[in-house]
Amino acid sequence: MSHKTTGEKLSFLVPTLYIIFLLLPIYWLVNMSFKENAEITGSFSLWPMNPTLRNYMVIFTDPSWYNGYINSIIYVCLNTVISVAAALPAAYAFSRYRFLGDKHLFFWLLTNRMAPPAVFALPFFQLYSAFGLIDTHIAVAIAHCLFNVPLAVWILEGFMSGVPKEIDETAYIDGYSFPRFFVKIFMPLIASGIGVAAFFCFMFSWVELLLARTLTTTAAKPISAIMTRTVSASGMDWGVLAAAGVLTIIPGALVIYFVRNYIAKGFALGRV
Amino acid sequence: MNFSWMAWTLPTALFFITIFALLIGMAVWEYFSPGGNPRVGILRFETTRGDRLFISLLGSAFIHLAWLGLVGPNLWWALALSVIYAIGVFKTV
Amino acid sequence: MEKTWNNKAWFLVLPVLVLVAFSAVIPLMTVVNYSVQDTFGNNEFFWAGTDWFSEMLASDRFWNALLRNLIFSLVILAIEIPLGILIALNMPKKGLGVPVCLVLMALPLLIPWNVVGTIWQIFGRVDIGLLGHTLEAVGIDYNYVQSPTAAWITIIVMDVWHWTSLVVLLCYAGLVSIPDAYYQAAKIDGASRWSVFRYIQLPKMNRVLLIAVLLRFMDSFMIYTEPFVVTGGGPGNSTTFLSIDLVKMAVGQFDLGPAAAMSIIYFLIILLLSWVFYTVMTSGDAAK
Repeated sequence: MSHKTTGEKLSFLVPTLYIIFLLLPIYWLVNMSFKENAEITGSFSLWPMNPTLRNYMVIFTDPSWYNGYINSIIYVCLNTVISVAAALPAAYAFSRYRFLGDKHLFFWLLTNRMAPPAVFALPFFQLYSAFGLIDTHIAVAIAHCLFNVPLAVWILEGFMSGVPKEIDETAYIDGYSFPRFFVKIFMPLIASGIGVAAFFCFMFSWVELLLARTLTTTAAKPISAIMTRTVSASGMDWGVLAAAGVLTIIPGALVIYFVRNYIAKGFALGRV
Repeated sequence: MNFSWMAWTLPTALFFITIFALLIGMAVWEYFSPGGNPRVGILRFETTRGDRLFISLLGSAFIHLAWLGLVGPNLWWALALSVIYAIGVFKTV
Repeated sequence: MEKTWNNKAWFLVLPVLVLVAFSAVIPLMTVVNYSVQDTFGNNEFFWAGTDWFSEMLASDRFWNALLRNLIFSLVILAIEIPLGILIALNMPKKGLGVPVCLVLMALPLLIPWNVVGTIWQIFGRVDIGLLGHTLEAVGIDYNYVQSPTAAWITIIVMDVWHWTSLVVLLCYAGLVSIPDAYYQAAKIDGASRWSVFRYIQLPKMNRVLLIAVLLRFMDSFMIYTEPFVVTGGGPGNSTTFLSIDLVKMAVGQFDLGPAAAMSIIYFLIILLLSWVFYTVMTSGDAAK
């Protein structure tokens, strides 16, 4: 690649402009979170004139606020673990074997991503009440499996199909049992695929609100639901709203930061 | 555990029993004659008999909806039409 | 890869089956049951037959919401897929740029949906938002609370902002899996930029594009939280999409019967369209 054309030299502009477009609204939210309410509504400035931490103090000193973050993180982690653990053997089955109704089962799994959550909210509430699971973290974790498990199966199946079948056969000849082979040999081979699948499960569980809000009342209420409730209570507290929004971005940003090389490598290896 | 909130009625119960019976029937059929008889029909892509069942059921649902919207609430005719449609699908698709 | 026929594989699929069926089949059955009955609460139900379906199919409200939703889905697919491919093609292939781009681009995907709505609600406001304020300062009449056009543009731009990165990440994954040898061969043949894209890069992205189109279509077709937070379905009904209408009916008015009937029609449409997408793109895959 010694002779670069002008087009290639300018190609960095496309992602750069796109990233600026992505960051502007986020910057505006961060900007607002450091302002007093009077400054937000009264004047217009590109950065806080009197930076204040008041909005963040409101959140960190009030358990009904910060518990929301803890609740969200608990059920998201539970969901990620359950989804990936259940999807691993299923994805192996889909990538290695043909069996009765396999293709239709696969399509059926995917259709569950399409079901509009809006009207399922009420039957969901009653179903989980019948099992006494309302307002528990596990209820939200299981409910989110509805769309995360199919996705995890799909992603993992792609990665597993990229591993040659000879590896399985050699291991069985060497006397490995299936569980031992799966954990000791196979899982390390698709580690990046597991990373990618876990990332997507985390992402979709973290951002979902409708089901999480329906299935919880107080003890397991997610932060995004607390935001909607508190904001409408006493007029518009724009500063606290912005601060709460910024804080919901942080866990996601941390997860991406920690898995950044892993994700790039994972995306590169698998067919996804 | 109380499941009265599911509000079962006889017609909907029959409906789901039929669907499940169809699925079990297809599974048994597939078990004794695996492969699903794949072929390329008038839609110009390969279908197995499971695909044909799916096309029949989905098509029937739309036939019923169209009948309700365009003709009237007497669905027996729509059902008859769906059966003809399903036979057509199994023969030609 | 040649797969062996083995029905014992069912045991490996069983956990997934149970987990998903629990949350999928029972609620779906319940929705079907609700759709043929009328209720006033207290678990008391009265047979209503197919009345709700007839009512839905005859109502302008349903068809308008459906039409709005279809237009919305087509518009965002038409913007996000080409834009995503364009950005993925221009992403750096190695070096420090790769993780920086990936991390920054993935950021909108990990923001809870109502926070996305909140961000744009604030960003677009004429009094306190950067976008609204700037547009007004340049003299463009922009007010998403009153003008349907402005509301639509806001929601489309918000969705592009929110979801294009998913398309970029998937396409990028497809692109980096192409061995360098392909590009070198193309160079020796003197292939143009377009033919490299058409005959090397696009076929390699086939599968990821299938995923991207399917995911974007399904999610945009049941979009709820973001437009609800930004516009609440307004002004008037101009941004009332299917899900918003559905929740208005089921929760706001507690009309379970009509809402259930509507959700079944809605589900059938999504099922049909997704099946068509899936079949077209997988059979194209198999033909090669």
